[in-house]
Amino acid sequence: MGNDDLAINVEGLTKRFNGLLAVSNLALQVRRGEIYGFLGPNGSGKTTTIRMLCGLLTPDGGRGTCLGYDVIRETRQIKRQVGYMTQRFSLYEDLSIRENLDFTARIYGMGNRRQAVDSALERLGLADRRNQLAGTLSGGWKQRLALAACMLHEPRLLLLDEPTAGVDPKARRDFWDEIHRLAGEGITVLVSTHYMDEAERCNRLAYIAYGTLLARGTVAEVVKDSGIVTWMAECADLYALGSQLRGQPGVSQVVPFGNVLHVSGTDAALLERAIAPFRAQAGCRWTPIQPGLEDVFIQMMEKARDNV
Amino acid sequence: MSDRFVWYRFWAVVTKEFIQMRRDRLTFAMMVGIPLIQLMLFGFAINADPKELPAAVLSADHSEFSRSFVRALENSGYFKVTAQPSTEAEAERLIAEGDVQFVVNIPENFARKLQRGERPAILVEADATDPTATGNAVGALSQLAQTALDHDLRGALQPLQGKPAPFEVRIHRRYNPEGITQYNIVPGLMGVILTMTMIMQTGLAMTRERERGTMENLLATPVRPFEVMAGKIVPYIMVGYIQVTLILLAARFVFNVPMLGNVALLYGVVLAFIAANLAVGLMFSTVAKNQMQAMQMTFFFFLPSMLLSGFMFPFRGMPEWAQNIGSVLPLTHFLRMVRGILLKGNGLAETLPHLWPIGLFLLTVVAIGLKRYRKTLD
Repeated sequence: MGNDDLAINVEGLTKRFNGLLAVSNLALQVRRGEIYGFLGPNGSGKTTTIRMLCGLLTPDGGRGTCLGYDVIRETRQIKRQVGYMTQRFSLYEDLSIRENLDFTARIYGMGNRRQAVDSALERLGLADRRNQLAGTLSGGWKQRLALAACMLHEPRLLLLDEPTAGVDPKARRDFWDEIHRLAGEGITVLVSTHYMDEAERCNRLAYIAYGTLLARGTVAEVVKDSGIVTWMAECADLYALGSQLRGQPGVSQVVPFGNVLHVSGTDAALLERAIAPFRAQAGCRWTPIQPGLEDVFIQMMEKARDNV
Repeated sequence: MSDRFVWYRFWAVVTKEFIQMRRDRLTFAMMVGIPLIQLMLFGFAINADPKELPAAVLSADHSEFSRSFVRALENSGYFKVTAQPSTEAEAERLIAEGDVQFVVNIPENFARKLQRGERPAILVEADATDPTATGNAVGALSQLAQTALDHDLRGALQPLQGKPAPFEVRIHRRYNPEGITQYNIVPGLMGVILTMTMIMQTGLAMTRERERGTMENLLATPVRPFEVMAGKIVPYIMVGYIQVTLILLAARFVFNVPMLGNVALLYGVVLAFIAANLAVGLMFSTVAKNQMQAMQMTFFFFLPSMLLSGFMFPFRGMPEWAQNIGSVLPLTHFLRMVRGILLKGNGLAETLPHLWPIGLFLLTVVAIGLKRYRKTLD
């Protein structure tokens, strides 16, 4: 794939904080116009990676390009064309909605400032609350305002760091509809998240743990490559069944989902042998199912921890 | 639920406070450092009875008697002859710029008139802008005429000894003849107030961005460090000018402080002083981790500024090391400028010697601040 098709193309990205490895030898390729999910547990290096991509942190090692600009030397050009939405609300709480947008527009030196701010307010549906202080907005509205602010200068790449953390489901869905609309306009989106349903709304995704990239591809590819097999058990006493299964050879995960139990392992034969005694139990029904992303990721995380 | 005072709950709070105190190293250092500084400053540096004040001797008489008088001046401990100007204009410049605190004028034919018993007069001009600084020295002067020449008045001149004194010392309190303290304090307060508010406001302005997380957003935009710094300084320069105007109005109409010099000149030079203080605030904010630390650093700078600049205590009363520290501080030079312009009617020429140290301070602090300002979050 040529560099022209890639909005982000980095390799060997490494960052240490006080000698501790935060991101290790990370390679990432994001195609123009796609929505790329960035997943991983807390403290896995997602935020550090995003900050390196937009020039907020200088990598200790590695090279590559972001929108065709060198991530080490051309951070100023990158900043001009990237919209970065921080994990924590980082607009001015003591400025009004309009004043915040106006400030951002000025910083980017936009010629049609007034018009850009007005249309952003209109799109947001905040036109009649333009003079409300940003600090008084609810979590969902703050997030929409933050997105509007980082879209104001019409960036070609959006870096969104856990944009939907702490936001209600309706606002989350609206947010993702907006992301898909933007991607449809040709904007590339890199979004980090903890939500599996959000991961499934991405074109492709990468999973990172302990600073190392563990998997990448489409959801189907990631699940298939993981080699995980999952059985679903419906039983009367799920708790007893669960505690008996845990620790059995071949069983790597036993997770209750409401009234059913998901039992997973990486070796299909071994797993079947382990659950065999329980399949005959009265009142129990066992079905092989497609493993979910969450099962895959927890599996990967535990394996990675064993390797650390 | 019991609403009694319970020891374990009280103790839980005490332990938690100690743990947090230990975590915030800077606060802890301040709690130890501030008393130490206060002790050093109050204990060693401050002296309300300054000695060895610089004096210029403008002598038109080169007799043994004049030399004896000058020696007696120095022997009193209050005076130190640092200049021997040859013209009145030169003497005037020395006292206007504050290089000397006194000008001693010994008239022509002093010796002859003295020998004839005509009781000639020696004129001592004192820079009384700060009445407390010159008070004791002036007191010592009046005693001097009585005994200064006892050694020289022998033989035939013996009868001139004793009462009344063989010559007269006339004291001329320049710039503040009535010794009104407000004349000195009110212009000085302008500097003190500017120091306090300017440093604190800018110190908080940057740490606030960091504490609230808005800094990350700002750093992700193409904005340059200098643009941020300058943009944060300018609004506070305006605030500074409002303060200057208010204090000048109060000085004029409430305290009746004379304004001999050009107020426009004062407005001009005040810019350097405001800028220097704002730069200190910005430098602090690049070092401080939170607003609390920025406040503490402000206080850390403010205390010596107030005590070592000559605002509260006479500058020349301090030992040399304290004077050296004081000479670095912008407030020291600002006090001399503002008192010079208002009380002495100084112009640009007499003001410049106090302006450049502020400029130098400003440049140094801006350089440190720009170096410390991080364009990234590293």
